[in-house]
Amino acid sequence: MTGPTISRRRFGQAVGALTIAFSLAPPSWAQAAKLPGSLDKNRMLDGWLRINPDGTVTVFTGKIELGQGILTALEQIAADELDVVQPRITMVSGDTAQTPDEGFTSGSQSIEYSGTALRYACAEARQILLELALERFGLAGKTLNFEMAVIDGTIWVGSPDRTVTYWELSGEAQLHREATAKASPKPPEALKLIGTSKPRLDIPAKVTGGVAYIQDMRLPGMLFGRILRPPSYTTQLLSFDEGRVKQMPGVVAVVRDGRFLGIVAEREEQAIAARDALRDAARWSDEQSLPPADNIYRYLKDLPAEDHVVSEKGAGPAPSARAVHDATYTRPYTAHASIGPSCALAQMKDGALTVWTHSQGVFPLRRDLAKALALDESRIRCIHKEGSGCYGHNGADDVALDAALLARAVGERPVKVQWMRGDEFGWEPFGPAMTVSLHAALDERGMIVDWTHDVWTNTHSTRPGQKDGVNLLAAWHLAQPIAPGKPEIIPQPAGGGDRNAVPLYDFPRQRVTHHFIPEMPIRVSALRALGGYANIFAIESFMDELAALAKVDPVEFRLRHLDDPRAFAVIQAAAKHAGWQPNLPGRTGRGRGIGFAKYKNLSAYVAVVVDAEVDRRSGAVRVTTATAAIDAGQVVNPNGLINQTEGGIIQATSWTLKERVGFDRGGIISRDWQGYPILTFPEVPVVSVTVLDRPTEKSLGAGEAAQGPTAAAIANAVAHATGARLRDLPLAPERVKAAAFG
Amino acid sequence: MADAVELIVNGARRRVLVQGDTPLLYVLRNDLELNGAKFGCGLGQCGACTVIVDGEAVRSCSFPVALAQGKKVTTIEGLGTIDKLHPVQKAFIDEQAAQCGYCINGMVMSATALLQRKPTASDGEVRAALAGNLCRCGTHARILRAVARAGKEMAQ
Repeated sequence: MTGPTISRRRFGQAVGALTIAFSLAPPSWAQAAKLPGSLDKNRMLDGWLRINPDGTVTVFTGKIELGQGILTALEQIAADELDVVQPRITMVSGDTAQTPDEGFTSGSQSIEYSGTALRYACAEARQILLELALERFGLAGKTLNFEMAVIDGTIWVGSPDRTVTYWELSGEAQLHREATAKASPKPPEALKLIGTSKPRLDIPAKVTGGVAYIQDMRLPGMLFGRILRPPSYTTQLLSFDEGRVKQMPGVVAVVRDGRFLGIVAEREEQAIAARDALRDAARWSDEQSLPPADNIYRYLKDLPAEDHVVSEKGAGPAPSARAVHDATYTRPYTAHASIGPSCALAQMKDGALTVWTHSQGVFPLRRDLAKALALDESRIRCIHKEGSGCYGHNGADDVALDAALLARAVGERPVKVQWMRGDEFGWEPFGPAMTVSLHAALDERGMIVDWTHDVWTNTHSTRPGQKDGVNLLAAWHLAQPIAPGKPEIIPQPAGGGDRNAVPLYDFPRQRVTHHFIPEMPIRVSALRALGGYANIFAIESFMDELAALAKVDPVEFRLRHLDDPRAFAVIQAAAKHAGWQPNLPGRTGRGRGIGFAKYKNLSAYVAVVVDAEVDRRSGAVRVTTATAAIDAGQVVNPNGLINQTEGGIIQATSWTLKERVGFDRGGIISRDWQGYPILTFPEVPVVSVTVLDRPTEKSLGAGEAAQGPTAAAIANAVAHATGARLRDLPLAPERVKAAAFG
Repeated sequence: MADAVELIVNGARRRVLVQGDTPLLYVLRNDLELNGAKFGCGLGQCGACTVIVDGEAVRSCSFPVALAQGKKVTTIEGLGTIDKLHPVQKAFIDEQAAQCGYCINGMVMSATALLQRKPTASDGEVRAALAGNLCRCGTHARILRAVARAGKEMAQ
């Protein structure tokens, strides 16, 4: 018995050694087969999971928790593929010293990329462990007349007296090898956890005052920092007297570098008081450098633009048409408006920097921190800790550099910096203003035979980690400033400003042009759904306008132009659940509208039906109900998907009815919740979401999919209620009143 | 400069040395190391910092600690623990009524103050009581369900 076992072990070791040698040889990388999801760029199995002798599993992901429930979903995936219970698993996420580099947690891609990688990595690890179990019982390579089973990490090798655990095999299991993706993830019928609504891992701490957020972190000797920003983007610091501020109680350091000003104090309220005093001690130049607020869309369109035709179909002259229609839609600068202002902790020790951050991408952040601080990347560790929901690129990355600059000024003591409310509203990169112009022609049958879509907008991502420049706010304000990176286009098919500009509808002739405006008079970056929000708002509003011209019910009109059965199914499901009645008479003060999209034209399908009431006197719109259907392929956690979709609908209702960043020539003026109101409880609709589960289809990103359809559904409901078509966001009372009731 | 302030926090007598005009929030978070109340705006506009002082929901970010002298301060930690949840906390977990959850402290505390007075509060009354509590993730629908569920539990 002993001999063969040893020889098998030797064989196993030899195979392991061969695998590693193979993976290190450059030609194998060059020719490496494409692996699924994020496994392709992070190919080592032990980069994704470790089986520990103490009966636990450590799972690593480059994706991070933003309140979307991703860690719960990824843990379900790992537990299901490995056949272990969830409490055995510890999730490690977003740590430059430990986890795979998966770029940013953005664009509704975590299940598709990290989830897929984990499914394959865990399936392969399970396979390796099963083979080791066979080896242990001298059955390797033999024809088996029994099935193997795994129950919570215990492998049953055909009989009750032949069991071995993952933990016993953990020393032999060679996971330090390149993944092959040859072990198939489980088929839908074998899944036990994927597809179930496991409760979120993070919620209990959040309702009992546990340490849940970066804001709750405390380190020994920790100091508190605050930043005093200039009044606006271009203002220069003329003079500054730090004398009195330095004498204030608790103040440890006043940091000035160019027009970057910061305070470090022993206590938080002392840092805030010192910051107020700093404001009085600084004199700034008067700059009137922002564009005119009342003419912003014209102003942006007059800036130089690069024109990219992103879709073109059908050549030759325009077909003869019974009717043509043109319309232009606008979306204002929109804030992320996180409830918790951005926060970071930093500590310098022995020339190395550790930053705790709620950045969406710890690796790209580290690249920019290295450039801004002239430190080698190997001297910086960025560790993700959850923050307040961000919905895109807010101040999270910026405050990480702020904290690092202050920590560098105080020796080895850690510094926690949280922005004040006005910092967040005044300096976050907003969702860009957009203009969308549409043109269509209808034939005698009422079918669209020609379609053009023109969208003018800035870039929709100025996140850190670009090749050139530094995309962190403080870097631009230093005495030796480092310029931001050149604005970049996010290419189709996902797109940036042109996200969802290419219609999903089947038109014989179309032309879609992205007019990309590089110059950014107001700081902008990624906001949930990017250009998809305004493009879908425009397309889906326009579809209703065309349906009216064609005298066809809006639901029916959409279906006539679609040939995708899944698109059909979500529209019909939403209409059915909402009790949609074709050709319901309008102009009664109450209305109903529908909006639909397949997010990015490659992620989840969503249709939303909205009921709205319009107050005749004030023009105020109240969305009373929103009924949605979503198809996100195979669903990992239905409750999580519904939560994200409900949230998307309510947030988009807020954007659509209320939100626009206020500014004048001198700077951003909407600096608190009075200046930037969002939807409140008395205004929130009753929301219901139906999930069309498709266990045999791949999982599709869903977190941002409801934004655009909701906006259009509301505008369509307002048009139905009043007869007035509102094309400029937000649908604010004074606009609705002017358009509908003159 | 610092004053000795005596507080009764979650049933325990606590003495802190701070300036009397220090907002209660920073004393709770930094001196007493209670994480529940959150800094959101510092302006009393968002509700993330809500605690209950003598039965009333107050904004601790703009409530001077000296005003809480000798009063009963309840934070979310004082409602219940993971092993022994308050009905409102339990209802928020049962309804999975959080996304990022940064606002949830305020939701739980404002709802608790309301339900302690009136467990049978209607949907409209709940909405009105939470009108000053902002949520950015759009979890409102679940929060309303959680408060309704907790109200039923507390009315029994």
